[in-house]
Amino acid sequence: MSGPSSYQPSHPALKWFEQRLPIIGLVHSSFVAYPTPRNLNYWWTFGAILSLMLGVQIITGVILAMHYTPHADLAFKSVELIVRDVNYGWLLRNMHACGASMFFLAVYIHMFRGLYYGSYKAPREVLWILGVIIYLLMMATGFMGYVLPWGQMSFWGATVITNLFSAVPYFGESIVTLLWGGYSVGNPTLNRFFALHYLLPFLIAGVVVLHVWALHVAGQNNPAGVEPKTEKDMVPFTPYATIKDFYGVTCFLIFYSWFIFYMPNYLGDADNYIPANPAVTPAHIVPEWYYLPFYAILRSVPNKLAGVIAMFAAIIVLVFLPWLDAAKTRSNKYRPLGKQFFWIFVVVCIGLGYLGAQPPEGVYVVLGRILTVLYFAYFLIVLPLLARIETPRPLPNSIADDVLAKSGRKAVATAAVALVAVASLFAGSMGEARANEGTETPPSVKWSFAGPFGKFDRGAVQRGLKIYKEVCSNCHSLNYVAFRNLAEPGGPGYSVAQAAAFAADYKIKDGPNDAGDMFERPGRPADYFPAPFPNEQAARSANGGAAPPDLSLIAKARSYKRGFPWFLIDFFTQFQEQGPNYVNALLQGYEDNPPHGVTIPDGSYYNKYFPGNAIKMPKPLSDGQVTFDDGSPTTVAQYAHDVSTFLMWTAEPHMEARKRLGYQVFIFLIIFAGLMYFTKKRVWAAAH
Amino acid sequence: MTASTADHPTRRDFLFVATGATAAVGGVAALWPFISQMNPDASTIAAGAPIEVDLTPVAEGQDIKVFWRGKPIYISHRTKKQVEEVRAVPVSSLPDPASDQSRTKDGHEQWLVVIGICTHLGCIPIAHEGNYDGFFCPCHGSQYDASGRVRQGPAPLNLPVPPYQFVSDTKIQIG
Ligand code: FES
Repeated sequence: MSGPSSYQPSHPALKWFEQRLPIIGLVHSSFVAYPTPRNLNYWWTFGAILSLMLGVQIITGVILAMHYTPHADLAFKSVELIVRDVNYGWLLRNMHACGASMFFLAVYIHMFRGLYYGSYKAPREVLWILGVIIYLLMMATGFMGYVLPWGQMSFWGATVITNLFSAVPYFGESIVTLLWGGYSVGNPTLNRFFALHYLLPFLIAGVVVLHVWALHVAGQNNPAGVEPKTEKDMVPFTPYATIKDFYGVTCFLIFYSWFIFYMPNYLGDADNYIPANPAVTPAHIVPEWYYLPFYAILRSVPNKLAGVIAMFAAIIVLVFLPWLDAAKTRSNKYRPLGKQFFWIFVVVCIGLGYLGAQPPEGVYVVLGRILTVLYFAYFLIVLPLLARIETPRPLPNSIADDVLAKSGRKAVATAAVALVAVASLFAGSMGEARANEGTETPPSVKWSFAGPFGKFDRGAVQRGLKIYKEVCSNCHSLNYVAFRNLAEPGGPGYSVAQAAAFAADYKIKDGPNDAGDMFERPGRPADYFPAPFPNEQAARSANGGAAPPDLSLIAKARSYKRGFPWFLIDFFTQFQEQGPNYVNALLQGYEDNPPHGVTIPDGSYYNKYFPGNAIKMPKPLSDGQVTFDDGSPTTVAQYAHDVSTFLMWTAEPHMEARKRLGYQVFIFLIIFAGLMYFTKKRVWAAAH
Repeated sequence: MTASTADHPTRRDFLFVATGATAAVGGVAALWPFISQMNPDASTIAAGAPIEVDLTPVAEGQDIKVFWRGKPIYISHRTKKQVEEVRAVPVSSLPDPASDQSRTKDGHEQWLVVIGICTHLGCIPIAHEGNYDGFFCPCHGSQYDASGRVRQGPAPLNLPVPPYQFVSDTKIQIG
């Protein structure tokens, strides 16, 4: 993409082809011979990382679409079936869901890199603006993708975000109705979001081509921010940049795999494991972490229309950045003041992200307003002003001079540290938002399935199944679990025959038969656990107005606030057991007499771990209620532990497979990263 | 570049080959989940479990069609005449030689169980039609006899017999 190619094919067939379509020459001149500044640091590998992430998202996305059903009644279920039944479905889904976060993390690092080194300045304005367009498209794609699983956060996120457009004067309501295809978020909304979510990534890919084209016309910026002058300033893209990019990508894959295999739900919201319910809004609507700074800006402005304008302006202002910052010096390396303000701006953005996850009350509102002002001040006041008053340090004469002076190793270390710190900060702030005042935090239990090598305790899963069958199943369904699952590896460890015998104990409604009648037959392994009530209304009316929730996913659908600094530590310890901790605590949290001053309405019971303390479910378990063959104590504490273990298994039947594969992938990636490191050093030895 | 090649040619080569080979192994291994996901998922496999069919309602000369793994299965209660006819045909004269004995179960020779998918291009042949008192495929005119063996037309093979056995005299299990 940089003028006529120097590529000369030697084979006559290639020559013949090249004269008719010079595509090999194009690739050769763009990705092989293309001269790249020799002083690029590892922050520059995020371009390659982003290309990888776009590819991963498109490939896993196309595959998920093969198994997904975009219908309001079936979407949630189809996602569960992908994770439970499709070969490696859990892996593909984790790759896609965590991939979105990795994509945004990489794009933010890429953008901050551009900001720090002045990559938006002449002659790269169009390159930068194309980048902003890609970013906007990514936000739209990410938002619509998050709606597709059709959980509670999907539904209410869709409602809240589409309602932003109702702020438009006069036409607001009509625009929102148009977006929805109905009078509320519903099936038509889901369908169109699916279609657009499939379309937009290809638009992104198209704009990426323009972005790379513009890059190859203007040439890459570099940490020194001086334009290359001689041959000595440059190295050919292949092998130098290629090998460095591959090494960067490999290191990023290690980070990415940490989420895929060990922390798949760390960046998600537990509420999204509850199917969409138009009648109940979750206590705190929190968008995905990558939107949080803008969400904070939206909420900081007390006026609806002004808030929406401020939020969009926060992104649009980036388009004007090349003209707002008129400083001649590109790189902040040589701008003593610019550098300080840059880091303050980074902190402001992270701060806004943190506030976006907090409830909009008290000090958070005040802080949000201050940071919003600071955000805009950076672009509208600080940058224009600095261009006038700042005296930059002297620039190096050439890139080659810069290379002699720099130490590259520092950049790698800072990159790694910053990556982890930023990710955990953002993600952890999600957990922060799930505060429940007046409720005790469930104690952490030592689970056999916790940690990177965790495995289910077969005995506990089997006992939990017995308790479910004898007690819980009287009111709670287990819709996503089939009898055949009992014989699958990584579960209670029953044989196929045992699972079939277990299934045969149940009466399953089937039909219609040839006469058109429904009939009952003994269960088969392919059948699912039958629900205790025929529909939600029946469940509701039989249980004092509160329908007992389905238990298949309960261990992933419940969580609680971890708080600072735990959410940071959790990232490293792979703590993911809020759900089972909560279930375990709740089952033991009943007290006959509520503490002084707490009144519990009639038909409710006091439970110290239940949010709000008044739970409609009476104390379900008491000592000696269920007997065990294996001599385990028949106490409520044991029951609670076993049921929680069982429900963790029903929530994620392939957890053992996930951790086992993760272990193998990590060994491979670490060996490979080591090899890449030495290969990269060997290749670059010739350039230094 | 040339200098370092001369210094340690073998070590350098080994490093590059090892890295390249590891990348290739990883790349191929990473492909597997993407291919494997196309196979039938666990619920489809579970739904393909064996089925039982009660034969009592099928009178002589009649047939029924049941579905197993999404495929139509013809169960024909053949008449004496049909059985005698298909057993009288010299096996060697058939396009896809197979005796009727090998396509039915001993002691239950009146029952023919075949997958009703034309071996030409997958249409469903119509029972009790054609010149051989068997099956006739409307798509391109293949004809099968009362043993499901191809007799005429473009189909290369006989209608396949699914795995099945008699649970009792009046009940079979397919699969
Ligand atoms: S498909 Fe039956 S004859 Fe062609």
